Amino acid sequence: MTMPAVQGYMYPNERELAWSILIVIYPYITGLVAGAFILASLERVFHVEAVKPTYRLALLTALAFLLVAPLPLQLHLGHPERSIEMYLTPHRTSAMAMFGFVYLWYLMAVLVLEIWLDFRADIVRAALAERGWRRWFYRVLTLGSYNISPRALAIDERAGYIVTVVGIPSALLLHGYVGFIFGSVKANPWWSSPLMPVVFIFSAMVSGIAAVLLIYMFTSWRRRCPIDMRCLDSIARYLLYTFLIDFSLEMLDLVHRIYEADESFRSLDFMLHTKLYLSQVVIQIYIGTLVPLALLALTQIVSLGVRHRKRIYALAASLALVGIFAMRWNVVIGGQLFSKSFLGYTTYKIGFVTREGLLPAIVLMLLPIPILWVLVKLLPPWPADTAAGASAAS
Amino acid sequence: MKPFGEAGHLLRVALVYALGVALFLIVRAILVPHSFGEFGYYRGRAIAQVAALPMHFAGHQACRSCHADVVALKRSGVHAGLHCEACHGPQAAHVANPAAVRPVLPRVATLCIRCHAYNPARPHSFPQIVVKQHDPGGLACNTCHQPHSPLQGFGKKT
Repeated sequence: MTMPAVQGYMYPNERELAWSILIVIYPYITGLVAGAFILASLERVFHVEAVKPTYRLALLTALAFLLVAPLPLQLHLGHPERSIEMYLTPHRTSAMAMFGFVYLWYLMAVLVLEIWLDFRADIVRAALAERGWRRWFYRVLTLGSYNISPRALAIDERAGYIVTVVGIPSALLLHGYVGFIFGSVKANPWWSSPLMPVVFIFSAMVSGIAAVLLIYMFTSWRRRCPIDMRCLDSIARYLLYTFLIDFSLEMLDLVHRIYEADESFRSLDFMLHTKLYLSQVVIQIYIGTLVPLALLALTQIVSLGVRHRKRIYALAASLALVGIFAMRWNVVIGGQLFSKSFLGYTTYKIGFVTREGLLPAIVLMLLPIPILWVLVKLLPPWPADTAAGASAAS
Repeated sequence: MKPFGEAGHLLRVALVYALGVALFLIVRAILVPHSFGEFGYYRGRAIAQVAALPMHFAGHQACRSCHADVVALKRSGVHAGLHCEACHGPQAAHVANPAAVRPVLPRVATLCIRCHAYNPARPHSFPQIVVKQHDPGGLACNTCHQPHSPLQGFGKKT
């Protein structure tokens, strides 16, 4: 008996994919959050002064994406009204059920707190200067404290430093946890690997750094402000370093699988050469990894002008984002295309205007952009001198 | 004098967080049923509530008291391991009042193929048919097979 979209032997419960494109974009979005935060922490904890112009922007980017991160899960699972249950009756033996606490910790104990501490002086000034609803909004955010004396701000700086130090392992936990969810599925040889959380963390850093680099370039262009090339060069250099580590880890995983050649190898190898060839080999490895790596390496080897460097960075960052998305796709979708019998393969047929279709996935991927726009309007992340320059230019 | 001096705003944010935690604990105390976790990861009172629901299945022992011949025939064939209500549905109401509640005979055209239509996930030793090949004329299964002893008359173990 033949079944459409199925080749060879599939167990009945393997024919339809349980995890859809929404589960692809969930780790992609959390990766952007973790990566953006780690870029921000470079300035605060590791004192990389060059990336300072992107520090606040990276924090707001992380928040905008973090607010959207649970939505693909809500849409996938249905019954969003039940999501509160995981807080009310926590299930400590389930990694998935503990997501709520990982998320809440990262959102409230790290990101919101750090943003509040860092923007507090601006919030107080806005609460005193603004009129109408904006005044009330900022007054609520001040929590009734208008103390922005140098001593108070120094305390904020110190507290912010501590929050960031706590935030780095939290960011790694947030995304390492997502990798752990896949890496701990022992029945699936495509996923089951202790390297998975580490690969997820480094790929998260790549995507987050690339996203902040592009957002910084775009916002500078929109505000008609000159791009700080020292900052951009530094971000690009960190992008190259993290990308090299990420690629090395992925290749280590690949070489390990090839050399080990366990009972799943022939099946997975066949899949890599057929169903996943375009998304994994062409898009993820060639276009999404090797090309941006070569482009970024080129800027380190050859002395190029500002204009060329900008274009190369923008292209490399865009390709890196495509490559990391392809990586998420290949992990989530690829891991469900083969049978546990290793004798058959199924096909992922994506809907369009369905609950887990392409349209909601696109909307969810774009949703952080208007959220970031609102956040930037409410809490301008630009240094005062460039903001003044922007208003003078406009 | 400001409480906590220059760090007073940190006290305020700590209070906001503490209020959030307190609110959560209050909401949790209201929403989580008191018997949750009494026996395991579920509401303890659910057991009593489920136990109080009306019974629908009578159990195969009840069938034997009136239908001993059918039960004996079934026991001699390959369907010996199946309980009557697996095919005939829940019959507690019939057992309680045999004259008033008459069981509806199952539709063999759909009932048998639930288990015997070919499915690659089933063991090869399990009797399976491709319906269109096995019965191109659309005959009901019990035209040839005795449902309580399906191989009776086929020269095999019944």
